[in-house]
Amino acid sequence: MTIEEFGRRLRARETTSAAATDECLARIDADNAKLNAFILVMADEARRQARALDTELSAGRDRGPLHGVPVSIKDLLDVRGTATTAASKVRAGHVAGRDAAAIAHLRQAGVVIVGKTNLHEFAFGTTNEDSAYGPARNPHDPSRSPGGSSGGSAASVASGMALATIGTDTGGSIRIPAAACGIVGLKPTIGEVSTDGVIPLSQTFDHVGPLTQSVADACLVYHALLGDHAAALPAPLPLSGLRIAVLRKYFCDVLDDEVRARFEEAIARFRSAGVHVDEIDIHGAEEISPVYLHIQLADASTYHAATLDSTPDLYTRPVRLRLEMGRYILAEDYVRALQGRERLQRMTDAALAQHDALLLPALPIPAPPIGATTVDVSGKPEPVRAMMLRLTQLFNVTGHPAIAIPMGSTDAGLPCSAQLVGCRMQTDALLRVALACEGIIHP
Amino acid sequence: MTLESWLASAIADAEKRGLPELKTMLEALAKSTAVLRQASRS
Repeated sequence: MTIEEFGRRLRARETTSAAATDECLARIDADNAKLNAFILVMADEARRQARALDTELSAGRDRGPLHGVPVSIKDLLDVRGTATTAASKVRAGHVAGRDAAAIAHLRQAGVVIVGKTNLHEFAFGTTNEDSAYGPARNPHDPSRSPGGSSGGSAASVASGMALATIGTDTGGSIRIPAAACGIVGLKPTIGEVSTDGVIPLSQTFDHVGPLTQSVADACLVYHALLGDHAAALPAPLPLSGLRIAVLRKYFCDVLDDEVRARFEEAIARFRSAGVHVDEIDIHGAEEISPVYLHIQLADASTYHAATLDSTPDLYTRPVRLRLEMGRYILAEDYVRALQGRERLQRMTDAALAQHDALLLPALPIPAPPIGATTVDVSGKPEPVRAMMLRLTQLFNVTGHPAIAIPMGSTDAGLPCSAQLVGCRMQTDALLRVALACEGIIHP
Repeated sequence: MTLESWLASAIADAEKRGLPELKTMLEALAKSTAVLRQASRS
């Protein structure tokens, strides 16, 4: 059930927040042992919140589209009175004294928080395998990763444990799990949604945003995160006159055969629908990963420096090693990366100058098996981590808003996903494009 | 500092700190740094 559908049924008196919350909690009871999506289930508090919100609505107070909506929260954001574990033993004993700013906005919008979701430890990974609470699993195939780092979040929405969830995205951690689990994931423009009360991975690249079942739902949650909880849905842009640029060189060089097939089919549907489609390159794309790595690693190592020295063995080994690697980055290379970031921002702005949005796949491969370090792409082994980040990290470097939208599936039933990218500080315009294109990308 | 001397000192320090697994990761980072430096020159 989407948020839109729930809202219609709620206001028609066909359901209640309490009933929807009970449905989500029943789904958690049934499936969480298999999927390991939640670190904390807040059943009693959720039921209390839902009953109170139903009473409010009966009394004539309607908070807007998220009134009574059951949501889950990535366990990287502070929810008052609960531990923010970041899926790490390093955080043992922590209790948040107040809500993160984004959570405070959601409470004002009337959401019901059903629990806090599993993630890759400290959001530092793309598969959700390294977690003090064990790996979250993909609802489409539990032997596979749900993506990461917001893997438990994506699994919770894809399996009906929540109608929406809040994730964070530093190199793709909203869009990657959304793509792997077959749902929508929105990374707004950098800085739009407050990261106050969110454990940082990279203060240069961190974003907060929603994962939902539809673009319309993503619009509603995005506006609530901004504190605009009564906002109506924007109108989709008309398809005629829409100008889309497909990114080719680098972005389509290494794609799983079935992902490539779904992507080319989507492009053909765009053209058939009368959308103007250009094919372009972004100059300097080979610089994306080095720029990202040198800034993100240095940022992460700085935040974790004290606990790396005092309690190094409390980190999972792979995450500790990546954090330690950042301590060797030279200041001169960090500055080179900052300069590279500016070049990539200019190149991406130039690519968007004549277009409403850029179009590329969100994930070059279907969800990988848990434990895999490489995956076969067109007969060649490729490293999983590099593959997962390859198509998303540019827009963390540049700050452009980007949204992952389901794009069919492989023969084995694993989701594929497309990504639309808009101009900086124009997330609403991107959402209007995405509303228009959702039915083309996923007919 | 040249990349070669940076890499040698980083690997030596990691081994001294009991983190020998960092060697291959630092070698991969050095390749990435080489691309970054090349791009900043062009």
